[in-house]
Amino acid sequence: MDTIFALASARGKAGVAVVRLSGPVSHAAVARFCAVPPLRRAILRRLIWQNEVLDDALVLLFGAGASFTGEDSAELQLHGSTAVVSAVLRALSQIDGLRMAEPGEFTRRALENGCLDLTQVEGLADLIDAETESQRKQAQRVLSGALGQRVEGWRRDLLRAAALIEATIDFADEDVPVDVTPEVSGLVSGLLASLRQEIAGARAAERIRDGFEVAIVGAPNVGKSTLLNALAGREAAITSDIAGTTRDVIEVRMDLEGLAVTLLDTAGLRDSSDQIERIGIERAIARAGAADLRVFLLSHAGEAPMMQPLPEDIVLVGKSDTLASQEGAISGKTGAGLDALIAAISSRLAGRAASAGLLIRERQRIALERSITALESVQTALDRSTYLPELVAAELRSAMRALEALVGRIDVESLLDEIFSSFCIGK
Amino acid sequence: MRAFHVKHFDVIVVGGGHAGAEAAAAAARMGANTALISLRKDGIGVMSCNPAIGGLGKGHLVREIDAMDGIMGRAADRGGIQFRLLNRRKGPAVQGPRAQADRKLYRQAIQDFLAQEPNLTVIEGEVVALRVQGGKVTGVDLAGDIALDAAAVVLTAGTFLNGVLHFGDQRRPGGRVGDDPSIKLAEQLAGLALERGRLKTGTPPRLDGRTINWDVLEQQPGDDEPVVFSFLNAAPEARQIACGITHTNAQTHDIVRANLDRSAMYGGHIEGVGPRYCPSIEDKVVRFADKTSHQVFLEPEGLDDPLVYPNGISTSLPVEVQEAYVRTIVGLEQVKITTPGYAIEYDYFDPRALDQTLQLRTLPRLFFAGQINGTTGYEEAAAQGMVAGLNAAALALGRPPITFGRSDSYIGVMIDDLTSRGVTEPYRMFTSRAEYRLTLRADNADQRLTPKGVEAGCVRETRRIAFEAKAEQMALAQAQLAATGFTSRELAAVGLHVSQDGARKSALQVMAFPDVEEQHIAALVPSFMDFDPVVRSQVARDALYAQYLHRQQDEASALKREEAAEIPPEFDYSALHGLSNELTAKLERRRPANMAQAGRIEGMTPAALTLILAHLRKARREAVAR
Repeated sequence: MDTIFALASARGKAGVAVVRLSGPVSHAAVARFCAVPPLRRAILRRLIWQNEVLDDALVLLFGAGASFTGEDSAELQLHGSTAVVSAVLRALSQIDGLRMAEPGEFTRRALENGCLDLTQVEGLADLIDAETESQRKQAQRVLSGALGQRVEGWRRDLLRAAALIEATIDFADEDVPVDVTPEVSGLVSGLLASLRQEIAGARAAERIRDGFEVAIVGAPNVGKSTLLNALAGREAAITSDIAGTTRDVIEVRMDLEGLAVTLLDTAGLRDSSDQIERIGIERAIARAGAADLRVFLLSHAGEAPMMQPLPEDIVLVGKSDTLASQEGAISGKTGAGLDALIAAISSRLAGRAASAGLLIRERQRIALERSITALESVQTALDRSTYLPELVAAELRSAMRALEALVGRIDVESLLDEIFSSFCIGK
Repeated sequence: MRAFHVKHFDVIVVGGGHAGAEAAAAAARMGANTALISLRKDGIGVMSCNPAIGGLGKGHLVREIDAMDGIMGRAADRGGIQFRLLNRRKGPAVQGPRAQADRKLYRQAIQDFLAQEPNLTVIEGEVVALRVQGGKVTGVDLAGDIALDAAAVVLTAGTFLNGVLHFGDQRRPGGRVGDDPSIKLAEQLAGLALERGRLKTGTPPRLDGRTINWDVLEQQPGDDEPVVFSFLNAAPEARQIACGITHTNAQTHDIVRANLDRSAMYGGHIEGVGPRYCPSIEDKVVRFADKTSHQVFLEPEGLDDPLVYPNGISTSLPVEVQEAYVRTIVGLEQVKITTPGYAIEYDYFDPRALDQTLQLRTLPRLFFAGQINGTTGYEEAAAQGMVAGLNAAALALGRPPITFGRSDSYIGVMIDDLTSRGVTEPYRMFTSRAEYRLTLRADNADQRLTPKGVEAGCVRETRRIAFEAKAEQMALAQAQLAATGFTSRELAAVGLHVSQDGARKSALQVMAFPDVEEQHIAALVPSFMDFDPVVRSQVARDALYAQYLHRQQDEASALKREEAAEIPPEFDYSALHGLSNELTAKLERRRPANMAQAGRIEGMTPAALTLILAHLRKARREAVAR
């Protein structure tokens, strides 16, 4: 088994950069730079390579069986300078038995050494990808195996229902309860209710993972782009006094009080004879409609917007710097009302995030929906006065297979393909 | 070497029970010069337990044996005296043909079919030892210094291995009543260091039917239109009769309960594991204490035989207790027991030591089939016998092995269960064991397997021609039904009310709807009625599940993918650090051949599967890197 190393933190200038090593000679490799500290104790050491000081770093060793990968491993927490990091990596690559890690190799080793199961690996991938606090919490929940436990509970109910039906099929001539329909029916309705609830939470969960979309909509030249720039803190959209400057949809990704949010700046809504502008307006309406939340900017109080705000949407008057009354108004230019808007957006989105379930991947949601479809067929069949039990059994079986796919019980091969392809080096 | 009379065969089959008879017939059909060795010629084809063939799952096996041109189905049709299609009111996928059989007629039929095989020699004798040379089996030694050489040997030792009979607290060695156990052979097999387990099974007391008061009993007649086993037959040959039904009662249970300590099963005389699904009367009384009555089927053992087999009250109580409790049952007040019930304990070899052809991995050219592999039931035994016989012949004749998979047959399900999961109780077939149940039906066993049998060379001309004619007719009928699409209005005109989604539907699609009768189809496509009724009803059964075919095919191909992910036999499970010791030990013992088998090991977790796969991939990557 090779010993591998890689930069585990993000590339580029940063406060701290972490280089990770894993494998049988990882401790010996560290010993080439400094006196090794005892296991699991972070000690500040001066790293010296070929009589040259590379850096003063926090050095941390883990023993086999008590590390992330399950192998002997080490972490060097360096100063986050590109020069320091590349000097250390260069030195490591000169040590016999050490090589640069392949993408995802640390995680794969953890998996191969039984330190993680499949859903935990997926959770971990998300944890590493997590940009915001709520994404991190969610990934942490999956990592703790909560999803696996929940699926196990559903599987137990499904097994019971399947067993009841199978009994009437295989032991028709014997002393088994003739009418199992009520119990099966009860189990299936219960399952459907909790699976549907999980799906409902899945949308919010997906949003936490991929970000909520918030669209800024309104008539031309009410200050939408200026507001976007103010919220984003940088010049993302071109602003001018000429109405209709924004034609395409502009996206800015940001962290809004711990939630990942994509702000959409859209073309101003008006009747236009300009063909290109009209396409932009159509696009604006479509994107704004699909967004999770809309912020309407009006040119004056009482204006009727071109699209109807939904109950949770926020409606404000723009360019408050030009108005006498600041009531219900905002200005991207002066920043007046900006804090209140951010608070309003994040409180609405936080409410939705709170209902998030554990299904954070498309693959997981699809598996659950397949299970639901199968169970709905079961319910339809059971509601009829006569039904073919072997068809009900077949549907229960496919509901079960869908759930098993969710936790990687079957079709492991393709599942692994998906997981490993989403990893990048050093994780 | 002491070999005074050496004869050579391609295949030797040891044992003339259901596994042995089917194995010998299969090997002979393949064209192998075959010897069947049995202690007594007249014991070949004997039904040693209940006088019935088929049932749920079991009926499927019989049909599959028949589709490969085996003999069990045809023998049951000749000996059957009461035919019932179980689950008649459920769908065809879970219907199982079953027949009460006249023991004498059935046995005679089996012996006749074997006598007709030109490549088969039946030898009366006792096999005392296997001949082994260079780590391979090369034949058998018979008592009386006779040596027989063969390219392959099929051993169907049944319950003879270390068999012990229990009549209450009395015990004696034996296979079934009246036979000597093959102790010597058993000792040699013990030397192979195979893992073995101990199982038990029970029989009820046999009753003299002339002492039963039939007048007070409920009658269970056979079906008005009997469904027979063989695809070559249309109707039973023997006279048809009814069975009787009676029930145990509180008094029966009191007597059993009061004498539990004298039962072999409960008195601590038996260590073997019995089946959960076929409990003795002692088991029933103890485990289902709240039930005050159990059904008992009184099954005549033959048309001119007064013996009756009371199905449902197997026991290992002492004879006098059996007499006492049996006589508490309605209709049996004056009954005479001709042979008391007894329990039998026997050894089986862990079938995980066998490959998919039922050949022993550690001693090539030796095949095991039947109860020796931990199964119970005539049908399970016969199906294994056929697999072993076909493959022993293929091996002897230098032809490729003939294997069955979970997606093509119940036989494949059973073989895979046995060789990858092993057994913890006597293994019996159920329809729920087959994940592709809707496609693996008793009615389409010929469609599934006869072409395979033709290719393997075990199907004779008569059957091949009959099958191909039927297949052609079915294809023709299906094409006619699929040719025309009908609007929902046209369907309504013949009395069929379907959802008005605007799409035209063919008569073939309409057949899958609930409550569609043949008359409706006849009104839509009148020419359909020109086809033979057998063809018509088979087209209807296929159509009923058509929409599930697609889904099951998807699942089957996923399974095939997992089966293709092979785990090398030398795979080092102890190197997987995340595995529990228990699972590691299991995997090392079982050595699953692929990921599909690994996934079916009980106690297997997703994490463990992932681990194995991850390691396989690592090995593959390293192999590529090298």
